[in-house]
Amino acid sequence: MMNKSSRSVLTFKGGIAPEGNGKDMSSAIPTRNAPLLERYRVLLQENAGKPPKPVVAKGDKVKKYQLIAAADGFVSANLHAPTSGEVVGIVRVPGPMGLMTEAIEIAADGEDSGDAPFAPLDWSKASPQELLARVADAGLVGMGGASFPTHVKLTIPPGKKVDTLILNGAECEPYLTADHRLLLENGEALLRGALTFGRILGVENISIGVEINKIDAIEYLSRIAADCGVRIVPLEVRYPQGSEKHLIRAIAGREVPSGGLPADAGCVVQNVGTAVALDNAVRLGIPLVERIVTVTGEVVRNPGNWRLRIGTPVIKAIELADGVLCEPGKLILGGPMMGFAQRSFEIPVAKNTSGILLLPPRVSMNYMPTECIRCGRCVQGCPMHLMPCLLATAIEGDRYDLAAQNHVMDCIECGSCAYVCPAHRPLVQHFRRAKAELRSRNRK
Amino acid sequence: MDSTLQKRPVMLPTGEKLVVSSSPHLSRPESVGRIMALVLVALLPPAAAGVWFFGLKALTVIVLTVLFSLGAEALWCLLAGKPVGRTLRDGSAAVTGVLLALNLPPDVPFYIPLIGAFLAIWFGKQVFGGLGYNPFNPALVARVGLLIAFPALMTQWSAPRGMDESYPQAALFCKSTPAPSVTCATPLGIASVSGKVLGGGQKAQQHFDPIDSASLRLKYFLGMRGGCIGETCVPALLLGAAILLIFNLINWRVPVCFVGTVAVLTGILHFFLPGATPSPLFHILTGGLLLGAIYMATDMVTSPITGSGCLVFAVGCGVITTVIRVWGNYPEGVSFSILFMNALVPLIDRWCGVRPFGYISRPAEKAR
Repeated sequence: MMNKSSRSVLTFKGGIAPEGNGKDMSSAIPTRNAPLLERYRVLLQENAGKPPKPVVAKGDKVKKYQLIAAADGFVSANLHAPTSGEVVGIVRVPGPMGLMTEAIEIAADGEDSGDAPFAPLDWSKASPQELLARVADAGLVGMGGASFPTHVKLTIPPGKKVDTLILNGAECEPYLTADHRLLLENGEALLRGALTFGRILGVENISIGVEINKIDAIEYLSRIAADCGVRIVPLEVRYPQGSEKHLIRAIAGREVPSGGLPADAGCVVQNVGTAVALDNAVRLGIPLVERIVTVTGEVVRNPGNWRLRIGTPVIKAIELADGVLCEPGKLILGGPMMGFAQRSFEIPVAKNTSGILLLPPRVSMNYMPTECIRCGRCVQGCPMHLMPCLLATAIEGDRYDLAAQNHVMDCIECGSCAYVCPAHRPLVQHFRRAKAELRSRNRK
Repeated sequence: MDSTLQKRPVMLPTGEKLVVSSSPHLSRPESVGRIMALVLVALLPPAAAGVWFFGLKALTVIVLTVLFSLGAEALWCLLAGKPVGRTLRDGSAAVTGVLLALNLPPDVPFYIPLIGAFLAIWFGKQVFGGLGYNPFNPALVARVGLLIAFPALMTQWSAPRGMDESYPQAALFCKSTPAPSVTCATPLGIASVSGKVLGGGQKAQQHFDPIDSASLRLKYFLGMRGGCIGETCVPALLLGAAILLIFNLINWRVPVCFVGTVAVLTGILHFFLPGATPSPLFHILTGGLLLGAIYMATDMVTSPITGSGCLVFAVGCGVITTVIRVWGNYPEGVSFSILFMNALVPLIDRWCGVRPFGYISRPAEKAR
């Protein structure tokens, strides 16, 4: 069986191999459950779509799993109560993007009681429409990072044909091990979730891509997936292997055309965490109210993975890890390559919070950028095969036209270029600026 | 130690010193200063070999050139109001200094390094905006400038160590009794004169044979010949190349294709017109081809960014070098060829771009 998986280790061209990726700190420790807290703050705005509308008001009693905010439009996802208690109100809390944002605060009553709001379904018998409705009802979103509503991703635009489903278990971000633990501990739920996704899409070609630094997970999954028709695909350890486009390139051998969707390459990609959440929603009838989060970093005293309810303040998660060894230099939600640096420990865990990362001050120091010496490391590292150094020079000279001509809009902001840049140039910032500028020009 | 850690109460961060910045939050521990330091390390073998073969005067030239280069850089920064310390710390001026010194004859008066350093730092680099913006290799700008301004001094070669009684062919190169500080001709110089004065053909070939013999090739390989300080000792140059390659400081395509192109072209000429030029091995072992191909053409700032671009660039360097060596007035064409191709780098970068991800060729689009 190991022959089967070691026969071909797939990947893509470009990208980087981060040195000392910090996964050892937390990968070997089984996921622990977090004790019930007194308060949870569930963020309303989670993704680029429309925030859901609250359906509860101050003073309302809620049960666990009860709907507290309903999707507002198609690109929007339901929110459910992480525990039973009383709604304190709609409060303003620091959001993950740096702005104050609205959240529903719930004071727990300590009973943590509530029935599964949906009727359990048998994935193999329920109709695809029924299952798709369940996805939307349960408030499923992409748990890998973008938090995009899952029912939208499963609705294939007319005229496009999807023949391949890929589950993303690459977890290419350094430090993060939440998906690794999930693969090891929730393997059967994952496979059922994968098959459910396949049924919704009418796709039989299902793969789960896992980087080979999780060899135990690959072996375990290959064993239990032997006769269910789901392929476990070992992938090279290469960042950003977990990018949708690069996962499709590695596993299906297809390229998503520039500006296109995965469906344009006949593929749909879902995060492994989302697949497990789907199994919970279908088999048990419970919505998405908790997720596995890696609390880690050199500064954290006892790093590990915890099953945290959505709305848990970050500071409480750090408390579970026995606090810190010294004052951290940076707090990051997500991984160190694409995660967002935060300024407050009060920020709540959301459905897409894969990691809470505390980096020591020496790692977080700001480098002084120097001139580009055209070493070409960024060109070798760019998974989109762009020329970051030339783009950056063009943008510095306000030549957005030149940047557009050289495909800056195709940048996925993975940060590979900035990671390898010996001059520590703010390449990703330049590209974000250029993309925003070009978008606003196009709107005019 | 562990137990004391365990007993301490849980310490929670206050968040007072949190840095908020854009992703990525990790960076490889590499800096421009470290790259330049590694290049300096890679320059040590040929520099050491130069001092061994040409004596303390070579060391003097190297030290003076580096000091003058640092001085020129510091002076420019002072005049331009740039931070002096930061610019000097990146190490690029020191690298330019050593590179220029390795491209100078061992026996030049002090004002050659002085003028060369200013040519390199001021007119090769800073007038264009400093490190990263110079289109031409600064050390080569200085070398060519000096070659045109001081043709005699820049082509006056002293005999290397070992060119004495144990070197039977020494008389081919040195007019008087071979001894240190006596000037001698370079093999390439003799070949050039023979090739061009005698107009090729049988006669020229007879002149090539004695300087292109198997026993002499070994001496050329080891570095026992007249030439610039850093260009003669092939093992030292190869060691330097190995260091540069191991630390990913150069693109292998440049030296391999540059030298390869010269070898193939001179090989064809040598085979079909033996009087036109000596053997390809002679061209590789003598002159500045290896020094240029390993250290000068590979300069990050002035060479193309993509692999295919490096290929075009290196082949171009090889073609021009061969043309100048075989038909030009100068015996040596490496410096000119690199500078010429430097000028084309922006165009090469444009032509030899890579296909961005997601820009699928037409047939694949139709297939879907």
